Amino acid sequence: MANLTLVQAINLALIQEMERDDRIIILGEDIGVNGGVFRVTEGLHKRFGEKRVVDTPLAESGILGTAIGLAMAGLRPIPEIQFEGFLAPAYDQICTHAARMRSRTRGALTVPLTVRVPIGGGIHAPELHSDSPEAVYAHQPGIKVVMPSSPYDAKGLLISAIRDPDPVIFFEPKRLYRAFREEVPEDEYTIPLGKARVVAEGDEVTVISWGAPVVQCMTAIEASGKSIELIDLRTIYPIDTQTIVQSVRKTGRAVIVHEAPKNCGLGAEIASRIMEHCFLYLEAPIQRVTGFDMTMPYYKKELEYLPEAERIGKALAEVAAY
Amino acid sequence: MPARTVYTASIESVSILDEHGRFDAQLGADLIPNDDLVKLYEQMAISRRFDEIAFKLQRSGRMGTYPENRGQEATSLGAAYVLNKDDWLVTCYRENTGLFWRGLPMEYILLHWMGDERGNKIPDGLCITPLAIPIGTQMLHAAGLAWAAKYREEKRIACTFFGDGATSEGDFHEAMNFAANLDLPIVFFCQNNGWAISVPTNKQCSAPTLAQRGIAYGMDCIQCDGNDIFAVVRVMKEASQRARETNRPTFIEALTYRLGDHTTADDARRYRDEAELQMWMQRDPIIRLGNYLKELKLWDRSKEDALQERAKAEVADAVKRAEEIADTPIEEYFDAMYADIPEELRRQRDTLRTSSLGQEGFAQGVETPTKQGIEETVN
Repeated sequence: MANLTLVQAINLALIQEMERDDRIIILGEDIGVNGGVFRVTEGLHKRFGEKRVVDTPLAESGILGTAIGLAMAGLRPIPEIQFEGFLAPAYDQICTHAARMRSRTRGALTVPLTVRVPIGGGIHAPELHSDSPEAVYAHQPGIKVVMPSSPYDAKGLLISAIRDPDPVIFFEPKRLYRAFREEVPEDEYTIPLGKARVVAEGDEVTVISWGAPVVQCMTAIEASGKSIELIDLRTIYPIDTQTIVQSVRKTGRAVIVHEAPKNCGLGAEIASRIMEHCFLYLEAPIQRVTGFDMTMPYYKKELEYLPEAERIGKALAEVAAY
Repeated sequence: MPARTVYTASIESVSILDEHGRFDAQLGADLIPNDDLVKLYEQMAISRRFDEIAFKLQRSGRMGTYPENRGQEATSLGAAYVLNKDDWLVTCYRENTGLFWRGLPMEYILLHWMGDERGNKIPDGLCITPLAIPIGTQMLHAAGLAWAAKYREEKRIACTFFGDGATSEGDFHEAMNFAANLDLPIVFFCQNNGWAISVPTNKQCSAPTLAQRGIAYGMDCIQCDGNDIFAVVRVMKEASQRARETNRPTFIEALTYRLGDHTTADDARRYRDEAELQMWMQRDPIIRLGNYLKELKLWDRSKEDALQERAKAEVADAVKRAEEIADTPIEEYFDAMYADIPEELRRQRDTLRTSSLGQEGFAQGVETPTKQGIEETVN
């Protein structure tokens, strides 16, 4: 056991998986000698050499496109895209090819890659370094989308993602990279994709979140003094409907919290699933506490945009009193 | 200090058997054995027959949109002829002849254009990727496949095909740059057929050749007559040897022409001159090789008649296999999405419903679900 940050937990998972499986190549911008702009791949270049830890030209579509080829050839590439705002140039390769290869070839060719992408705001970063586009990718059939909210989960989920036979986008909440430490086993373990975690049990309201806002939710719940159940989705596609449904049937009230804009955010999908499965159990309208439907503000105003604990707390009080 | 020249470059263009039947005995010496020449000619003729029948299938409503390959047979064929069986062929959608040469059964191409994904289910052991519909994205996959071969220290390479229009796409440039910088064993094979649907090549690139695009990436590049099987084979031999022995990429620009429309949904008369088409008809790669074979006494009327009969029969068989393939239940489409089907997708498969009341197995006619009903079906 070691007390690790989320960055260190991911680094450990990468090292352990690379030692276990020589089909793994990691590739991306500045991930080699420099260890990545967030130092997530620190030490890997030295440890595994430039053949397996590859500084590529600066081209996101190129990184994803070549990773698709590597994966089709039977390797297990782990491309890194430096920030979620620069995932857009690779969108074409992800959605036009990676997501469709298995189905369009009826399994003759598959794309077992894991693309790691720092996501979200809250670190006073420049423009296009703070967005939350996870719903865009969750909407695309053929890929899986994962977002951990703790060091322990990050390691176990990343190992599962790497071993998954289908393409996985692994979003890393950069606000949590060094926000806190947690006991992370040295030994190998996996956390299954598609399974949510009940972070805190309660019976008055269910809060559903993922990534960095999970921490804000914990603060809000603590301050509320109420018995609130917090679910961290961990995987946002496929969504663990069962865990959500079981909880909301118990509480009858649901609040969904995410950083991305409200309109067409993943909260809408989750709210629909709750309606479908918990209609007669609901005691209050399902609430969404999210980013606003605006361009992500520059960092001066980012904390007013993000679903911070105070705003979450207000929704909790309102939905509990409804 | 006066400016000095730090770099100069030139582009070579290779032609061996020209449209008038003139053969460059030096460049063409010992390039293709006579037996193989005959086989290559036969493959082109069969592929041409396939193309004509595919066109008719579309026109008679038996197949969807189809992109004619007519006129471009020598390019992909020459490349596939040179490559080893375990080299990757990463094609666009006008490389039927090379794919057939490699061993892809003809019905696969038909199935694809008949709206059946099984046309992309490449048989085991064939190092082919399925047809690529978006323009210019598959070259990156070829670079990745070549990279994997290099990583595993295999002596295999990748060859990727694309058109003139694709060289305007960003991914083309990223693939070229990755290949050159990472030293990947790959051949970029550009079929410059003059037109990207209705836009001529000079609107894609204002340089005099497409081949010179390779210079900017520090890779070898060359142009050839794409309707001359000898020229294609010669430049491919050099390029594939370079890739295999030195991990260096090559960019080949093969000059050819699409004798048909872009696809069956297009009408090329709207944008190109009849005179241009007529000129390129004279450069037809099949006629050219056929005349050469006759000169060498390797071909005659009776052989041609027998070949046409064979082509007719083989294509007819392929059409039969494509049209008579057993229907796939829609459930298999759900199963094809992931290695392990997600729960919601499984429900959609099992009920063929997305509306949750239908999904959850409520009895037909029940208007309002009960709490008990939900408990029973969700748990």
